[in-house]
Amino acid sequence: MVIYGVALLAGCMLVGLWAGDVLGMLLGVNSNVGGVGIAMLMLIFLGGYLMDKKKMPASTEDGIKFWNGMYIPIVVAMAASQNVAAAFDGGLIALLASLVAVVASFALIPFLNKLGRPKDSDTQESTPPHKPRKVLSASSPSHARARARHAR
Amino acid sequence: MIESLVTQLEKQHLIAAFALVGGAMYLSYLISDKLTKGRIHGSAIAIIVGLGLAYFGGIHTGGTRGLADISLFAGLGLMGGGMLRDLAIIATAYGVRFQEVREAGLSGIIALFLGVFVSFIAGVAVAYAFGYRDPVSLTTIGAGTVTYIVGPIAGASIGASSEIIALSIAAGLFKSILVMILTPVAARHIGLDNPRSAMIFGGLMGTTSGVAAGLAATDPKLVPYGAMTATFYTGLGALLAPSVLYFAVRAIF
Repeated sequence: MVIYGVALLAGCMLVGLWAGDVLGMLLGVNSNVGGVGIAMLMLIFLGGYLMDKKKMPASTEDGIKFWNGMYIPIVVAMAASQNVAAAFDGGLIALLASLVAVVASFALIPFLNKLGRPKDSDTQESTPPHKPRKVLSASSPSHARARARHAR
Repeated sequence: MIESLVTQLEKQHLIAAFALVGGAMYLSYLISDKLTKGRIHGSAIAIIVGLGLAYFGGIHTGGTRGLADISLFAGLGLMGGGMLRDLAIIATAYGVRFQEVREAGLSGIIALFLGVFVSFIAGVAVAYAFGYRDPVSLTTIGAGTVTYIVGPIAGASIGASSEIIALSIAAGLFKSILVMILTPVAARHIGLDNPRSAMIFGGLMGTTSGVAAGLAATDPKLVPYGAMTATFYTGLGALLAPSVLYFAVRAIF
């Protein structure tokens, strides 16, 4: 039934947000720490487990997929209810501070992306010194490509 | 007649918001298709239109919730509010393979810390350039640049004035707006096209609304990865800004 899917989603959200609040309290922070992320991990595990057990009929999945599909419209509604006017009230300091932060963060992405996977950069640049690894890394680009295709 | 229609729209506000957003998205995708030949994603246009409407709603009513402050559009506040937004974000995680999350996990954590530091330093540097010298104001503006939730938390705990706190909120709001608008533009140049870079992106940017909308306008498949790391960012910022980062600023200035 559709409600089972929605209830699973709702349950993950409630437990995740509660865990995020507790985590915040433990850290002495006046905010929720990663509640949504914890809920997402729970849904990945629980959903995966139930799927393996064949306990996820299409109608149950529909309850989750509906909210997944509502994501972009909800984000549009969110954009329309942002306090944009207040941002403009902050003037040039607010704009510049955030612009510098955003541009600097964008610039870091390719750097961190490369840092995280030494195997792939090996194939492009300095392979000659260690030959045995070359064999290993030769297979890794195809893995990476398969992963990228899956993502799309 | 018209009056009763308006009353009905105000009463059934959430349903009216569904219809309104649906219509706006149809138009946005039409514009994307016909005017830009699909070069600008329909959802990117819809988000920019939404932000534009929010600006006019804000000046029109003087409220804080954009278009949702106009009673006719009050449902937008519920539809786009934290509750349904979080539900929809979590729903995007369904079907994600944990292996992909784990593979990028470490880069995501590094990105989180780096993201908080970079945004904070950017905020402090700009505030300094504009003549602020006291550590409390510098820290609060830096914290606001982290996210608009961290600014007031840090400001309140180290005793910043309300003008500085308002300024820090404005910086955070601008950040989330800029992330929404610039992400689809920058995506191709920074390699934002796979789960791993999406997790790094979420960790570096941190603003949940900005990341949520920015990725939606780039590639909806990447949303769960970016959102997952981004949701830890505000908590981390709220932890670091009033403590470690404040002490660091006080030591320097």
